[in-house]
Amino acid sequence: MILSKDTMQIVHEQNVVPFRNRVKELATKIGMSLVNQTKLITAASELVRNMLKYANGGKILLEIISNNGRTGVRLTFMDEGPGIADVQQAMRDGFSTGKSLGLGLPGAKRLVNEFDIKSKPGEGTTVTITHWKNGR
Amino acid sequence: MDRIPILKMGPYLLVTIQVDLYDRLALTLENDLINMVSKTGARGVLIDISAVSIVDSFMGRILGNIASMSRIMDAETVVVGMQPAVAITLVELGLTLQGVYTALDVEKGMELLQTKIGIIEDPEDEDEEVPDDDTV
Ligand SMILES: Nc1ncnc2c1ncn2[C@@H]1O[C@H](COP(=O)(O)OP(=O)(O)OP(=O)(O)O)[C@@H](O)[C@H]1O
Ligand SMILES: [Mg+2]
Repeated sequence: MILSKDTMQIVHEQNVVPFRNRVKELATKIGMSLVNQTKLITAASELVRNMLKYANGGKILLEIISNNGRTGVRLTFMDEGPGIADVQQAMRDGFSTGKSLGLGLPGAKRLVNEFDIKSKPGEGTTVTITHWKNGR
Repeated sequence: MDRIPILKMGPYLLVTIQVDLYDRLALTLENDLINMVSKTGARGVLIDISAVSIVDSFMGRILGNIASMSRIMDAETVVVGMQPAVAITLVELGLTLQGVYTALDVEKGMELLQTKIGIIEDPEDEDEEVPDDDTV
């Protein structure tokens, strides 16, 4: 069940901090603990950065969801960038085409309860993460 | 343009980050600090991040850059006051702050810097300071 729904456009770096603040608001609203909030916001921060760096921005869906008595925050990052040719490779620690650490995707996956990535070269990338109130 | 103030105290540079940094501000700080180290010949850099609630891979990389570039110029870097939730999250993200020393608070950080840059004198050095008979 979707309890609240909201979208944000990400077009430049200045959108990152307001986006992170919005995620914090949602997490606070459902009573998520500080450690879990920090994990969720850090994962979200990595994904929004990727969106800006590799796809020139995109759109994020922010939702509060409830499922079997659990409440959580679900974020969906949608871009129409170049996509990822080999998702499995991109999910590996240390893999980067941006001369970076290659930590964003695998790190984000470790930080949240649910992580899903779909990508098609030439069409774009969609990453969905869910973090439950109690972190499980 | 926004800037984070850098304080010079003896051989040290002190920075207190009061807000969650957006990228441009973080990059400006990196630049300013490196310039200050080279201009003043500072031997230690102390960065207080106790008010920072999110350190993602970008911010982590900035801290690492400051430390490694300062070291080239013979200065050590200590990051103090990292919030426990941030520390837990960094481990899970997989980010190691390479070359960055950490301490609990400003006081402990200063102590660490003092031992790192060897302000506490070596007994051997003291021997050399004993004047020759000739000069007496
Ligand atoms: N939204 C996206 N669109 C296109 N390619 C992407 C996207 N997100 C990630 N990638 C690709 O996946 C690779 C791995 O991403 P990941 O975030 O793990 O590492 P990174 O961004 O290269 O480095 P870091 O996040 O540590 O700075 C990227 O180098 C890039 O090639
Ligand atoms: Mg990344």
